[in-house]
Amino acid sequence: MPDARISVPQEAPRGKPFEVRILIRHPMETGYRTDDTGKPIPRNVVTMLTCRYNGETVFSARLSPGIAANPYLRFFVTARESGELAFDWVDDRGVRGSERATVTVV
Amino acid sequence: MWRALAVFVACFAGGAPAQERLLPLSELRSGVTFAGANVRAMQADDLANPGMLWVERGETLWNRSAASSGKACASCHGAAQTSMRGVAAHYPKYVGDASAVLDLEARINDCRTRRQQVPALARESEDLLALSAFVAYQSRGAPLAVSVDGAARAAFDRGREFYFQRHGQMNIACTQCHDQNWGKRLLAETISQGNPTAFPGYRLEWQSLGSLQRRLRACLFGIRAEMPAPGAPELTDLELYLAWRAQGLPLEAPGVRR
Repeated sequence: MPDARISVPQEAPRGKPFEVRILIRHPMETGYRTDDTGKPIPRNVVTMLTCRYNGETVFSARLSPGIAANPYLRFFVTARESGELAFDWVDDRGVRGSERATVTVV
Repeated sequence: MWRALAVFVACFAGGAPAQERLLPLSELRSGVTFAGANVRAMQADDLANPGMLWVERGETLWNRSAASSGKACASCHGAAQTSMRGVAAHYPKYVGDASAVLDLEARINDCRTRRQQVPALARESEDLLALSAFVAYQSRGAPLAVSVDGAARAAFDRGREFYFQRHGQMNIACTQCHDQNWGKRLLAETISQGNPTAFPGYRLEWQSLGSLQRRLRACLFGIRAEMPAPGAPELTDLELYLAWRAQGLPLEAPGVRR
């Protein structure tokens, strides 16, 4: 099952920033809600997301319960050399997700 | 000859011509046109539109074989991109095999139980939403064109009756908001025309994708009326009437709404 949708340009000019977008499938349960029987639903949000560009961390974010379900993040990375963007994230239950995308620098 | 004449008359009497609609096509508006710029942008961008997560998941399910019969949706229907193109715009539809008017979700479950020989999926379950979103996505941009003649006529008439019937503690009918007062404000919301083009759609209030039936139940809850159970024939009848009422508007599934 795909856990996320990622958008990076196929080609990026060297030295210029390019746009990275990621949409992660996650309920982002706040911990403030109760189920139909009144029992509290435990908090479960994505707590940390990192993006590595050829192994080097170029972006990381700590997410909180204030962020809506299926979080969408958009940021810019400077194109240095062709390679791989590796996204990794983890939620309160310790479930890890990861996705890869490749970019060619011209 | 009399029989031929009777059929001829039935075709005209049974048909529901477009001019019967309270709103002509030129005045029909999708619900998204009543939404703010940020919601419109979210729907227009496939990467920002969370509904696409369900569409992607639906594609995986489409190609997955059922253990009991070894059949996947794709075994019979092939690539949905071609076989399902435009199909969802004709639902709800009378299905002869089931002798009933079925909406898209019910049709998928009918196919599952009859052809794939697997249990039906629960209404509003993630898998059923994923499949219906994936199938509906293949008809994106296709104008709604349901048939309300012949066997579907009775369901259509019941749906129309439901639409004009006052319901619940607030004692109001669908038509009072969506025909007589659309475009005006109801607290923070602008009242839409009630055209079902977004569904299955992502509703920000739900933080999830949901079916048209879920949306209809939410509306009935809002007017403090009794909500028919998910999958109840009353809701399917109403879906059919709404689809006919919105005929000509393009399907947007998966749409985004507040």
